Amino acid sequence: MSEKQKKASAYWKENLRYLFILLAIWFAVSFGAGILFKDSLDSVKIGGFKLGFWFAQQGSIYVFVILNFIYVRLMNKLDNKYGYSE
Amino acid sequence: MSVQTWTYVLVGLTFALYIGIAIWSRAGSTKDFYVAGGGVSPLANGMATAADWMSAASFISMAGIISFAGYDGSVYLMGWTGGYVLLALLLAPYLRKFGKFTVPDFIGDRYYSKTARIVAVICALIVSFTYVAGQMRGVGVVFSRFLQVDINTGVIIGMIIVLFYAVLGGMKGITYTQVAQYCILIFAFMVPAIFISIQMTGNPIPQLGMGSTLNDGSGTFLLDKLDGLSTELGFNEYTDGSKSVTDIFAISFALMVGTAGLPHVIVRFFTVKKVKDARKSAGLALLLIAILYTTAPAVSVFAKTNLINTVSNEEYSNMPVWFKNWEETGLLSFDDKNEDGKIQYVADKSKNELTIDNDIMVLANPEIADLPAWVIALVAAGGLAAALSTAAGLLLVISASVSHDLVKKVFKPNISDKGELWVARGAATVAVVIAGYFGINPPGFVAAVVALAFGLAAASFFPAIVLGIFYKKMNKEGAISGMVVGIVLMLFYMAKFKFGWFGGGNASDWWFGISPEGFGSIAMIANFIVAIIVLQFTPEPPEDVQEIVENIRIPSGAGEATGH
Repeated sequence: MSEKQKKASAYWKENLRYLFILLAIWFAVSFGAGILFKDSLDSVKIGGFKLGFWFAQQGSIYVFVILNFIYVRLMNKLDNKYGYSE
Repeated sequence: MSVQTWTYVLVGLTFALYIGIAIWSRAGSTKDFYVAGGGVSPLANGMATAADWMSAASFISMAGIISFAGYDGSVYLMGWTGGYVLLALLLAPYLRKFGKFTVPDFIGDRYYSKTARIVAVICALIVSFTYVAGQMRGVGVVFSRFLQVDINTGVIIGMIIVLFYAVLGGMKGITYTQVAQYCILIFAFMVPAIFISIQMTGNPIPQLGMGSTLNDGSGTFLLDKLDGLSTELGFNEYTDGSKSVTDIFAISFALMVGTAGLPHVIVRFFTVKKVKDARKSAGLALLLIAILYTTAPAVSVFAKTNLINTVSNEEYSNMPVWFKNWEETGLLSFDDKNEDGKIQYVADKSKNELTIDNDIMVLANPEIADLPAWVIALVAAGGLAAALSTAAGLLLVISASVSHDLVKKVFKPNISDKGELWVARGAATVAVVIAGYFGINPPGFVAAVVALAFGLAAASFFPAIVLGIFYKKMNKEGAISGMVVGIVLMLFYMAKFKFGWFGGGNASDWWFGISPEGFGSIAMIANFIVAIIVLQFTPEPPEDVQEIVENIRIPSGAGEATGH
């Protein structure tokens, strides 16, 4: 394997690791907190919100936005590390 | 000034703005027409993407649907925003790196096959047409209520406007009009929401107002109050749904994956310069969308509470003007079953006397809350901005599918750039006329079909694109059979349970208890499985295709989008 290919596959592996972690959080806040565990979380109340309901209609969306920006940051750093940025 | 005068003024001004932008940014080449010349900034692209994506359904219908569905409506909130995470992480950067004009371009090249390209074109056309018909109807509803014109005239006015700037400006014209449309629609959505939030809870931020206590000095939380009102009238608690967990899960998933697979959203990421910009603009788009999507559930709660307080057990003769106005459009109706002159709005169908269309909750909300005339007019202009921006984006996908993917890549490869541009404009014109026809004569199933467009996108494109990027060895036989199985399965399930073909059936016959809206998840999984099984028995993709895949995984050297 050439040096160039090695670099590319190392970059790809790190990229996949980031995707896996970010998508795990994506799944946890929406399908986890907003749907599967909604009923048990609903016993906790924050202000007028039942927590599970809040995750389903508000919280998951906030987390999605944050995830996207974290992704942008992580990938920009990764691009720099491997010299792929332009 | 009256509401109607205000509406004429605001709608007239915004339309003049769209036309002005179209003339200023008209397309000179196919590259301008398909990808806006490829030099759109991430922020402008983020705004355009947000307007493109937020349709009449997001602006007009969604808060209304949530008003009546309560927790069950969460599927739209999570589904339509969560899909952006998938789009931003799994598709946008790689498709931008790939650097072609359309989604069928990617499918056709990655799977080195004309058949794959044609299957992708057909999927794109089915998805886009079902979706655009819904937008045209949205335009008609707004016109008929606020400008007191006939719903058909409304659709025709909308057609002419869209035709003008989509055909003249192509992606370039559309992009800059969508930037303006985003500003108008978000302003129009937020202003009444903030007003009503202050009115009901004293908190100017609707997202927080929704979880605050009522302004009436009782100290009751708004959501508790609404839960109480709902159960009193025999409905489910607002914060608790009636759908099964499996179905909620499946619908959310189908909407997410469908969002990520919608061709008119994906193509937006071909218009920026670099892979880095594609990532950033996906992030910005979601942020801009989230402003509306986190406000919508608050609007739902305000509107529902206000509605119950205004109508429940009140004399019909005492109803405010908006009630009569909406009755005229046929979207709201009262049938005094027990002839006591009062409105009974209850869960029990045999006793309920009030029928309300989902669509009017957002449009009537400022009137129900008694807000000033200009706010009501603003909502009309915002609804039109939302519907027109999405319709234009879809028309572009339709015209590019025909002129680029079919005429240029399949039938007439040596067509000149100028010739292709004219075919693109012709195709956009035909598409507007067809969409307008469906807007005027909506087949009864339009609303249902729009939701199902997501199922179709989920079942066809998403797996083919994801496998194309993340599974280097995926070959054409696998991808094509996956797409065909996915979309056929989805169409079959839709036909069976929505239209009663193939023996029909009701909720108790649903496979795995999953509704047609959520079935895209299953069809998508079927697509993946079929593709991977077929792959085992067919030859690997050629070396140069595997190189393409390795190349799109690396962000640098994206170059400009090109069709050649």
